[in-house]
Amino acid sequence: MAQPITLDSLHATGPMTSTRSHSELTAEVLQELVEHLRQNRTQLREEWARRITEARLLTAMTKEEIFVEATSVYDNYVEALATGTFEALQAYSRNLSERIIPRGVETHEVVGIVLLLRDVLARSLFSKYQADFTKLDRILDAYEPAANRIANTVAVGFVQERERVIRQQQEAIRELSTPVLQVRERLLILPIIGVIDPQRARQLTEQLLRGIRTNRAKVVVIDITGVAAMDASVANHLVQTVEASRLLGATVIVTGLSPEIAQTLVNIGVDLGKMNTVGDLQGGIEQAERLLGYKVIPQTEAN
Amino acid sequence: MEVPILKQGEILIATVQAALTDSDLLQLRRALEEKVAKARARAIIIDLTAMDVMDSFASRTMREVAHMIRLRGAETVIVGIQPDVAFAMVQLGLSMGGVTTALDLEEGLEYLHRKFRTIL
Repeated sequence: MAQPITLDSLHATGPMTSTRSHSELTAEVLQELVEHLRQNRTQLREEWARRITEARLLTAMTKEEIFVEATSVYDNYVEALATGTFEALQAYSRNLSERIIPRGVETHEVVGIVLLLRDVLARSLFSKYQADFTKLDRILDAYEPAANRIANTVAVGFVQERERVIRQQQEAIRELSTPVLQVRERLLILPIIGVIDPQRARQLTEQLLRGIRTNRAKVVVIDITGVAAMDASVANHLVQTVEASRLLGATVIVTGLSPEIAQTLVNIGVDLGKMNTVGDLQGGIEQAERLLGYKVIPQTEAN
Repeated sequence: MEVPILKQGEILIATVQAALTDSDLLQLRRALEEKVAKARARAIIIDLTAMDVMDSFASRTMREVAHMIRLRGAETVIVGIQPDVAFAMVQLGLSMGGVTTALDLEEGLEYLHRKFRTIL
């Protein structure tokens, strides 16, 4: 009977007391650590800034700027260690990223400086507690997880901010990339520049068909002078767009086909009978004007 | 649902009011066949603005109507196909080859007037 009771009590009390004492210990040690970092703020900060310059990180920024940023990163770092909450640091790293991304700071630089700070602080802890190994061990136990989490938070904040910027730019490019312009009553032009991927092709078609309806267009000139290459699926899509425009009662004239694209279209056997093609944009607009019954006469001839 | 067919001078106008079932389509086809002879029309306009789906049967029926009307000496203009519908049709390979299309009723009438030079 005695045996199960002993085991039971061991099981119940053993780990619990140890966790409690462990967490208390960690808090205590962290407190001491934060104290140490606050006291040596100036010296450690300078050491860090020096190491950053040495490692040729943040080359896009001046020495003074690095020092100012280093100071606020340092303070936020210590703050995160002291409070154990990372919201402030997260917000700060997002803010920092917003400021430095436009200046061309790379991900490896941001990760690099945070890891450098971690090293600088660890070094200072080593030199302070080198006499007392058990203490150093305990301090590092408390410091390392927190420091890793901080490094993680800053790096993730930077990468997220970068991704946000990239997404925003992609959106902007997408919106800019397919203007549907009215050049005359009932005549639209659609200049296409750059690579057409299936997504862009679809968007282009949507915008064109909507443009035909809102502008009540009769003739559309699609200019693809700026398109270097076109694969089979996109070429097919172009043909479908021409056909769909016809169903809305608009005639499509395709201009500026490069020899390579013409070759592609012939190779894949696209039915060119349905497509109205003219050499260049000028010719296309002239033909469109003829279709619409416009006649452009120079003023000297008209008088 | 029956599609009303209105006479406007020499032109018959059939305006589809809602999505059509296959039997509605066949009924429309029969009605147009009859009316085009009775009204001595020179052209018909089929307005599909309200159609938000065009399947293969619908587009084939429209194409057949157009060809049939041509054989009877009149012309067909299909108007009001929605942008989404147009693209879906093309993707499904449902072409309207040989059928005149126009943006909307106004455009269709203008096209016919220009062609016939008649004044209503």
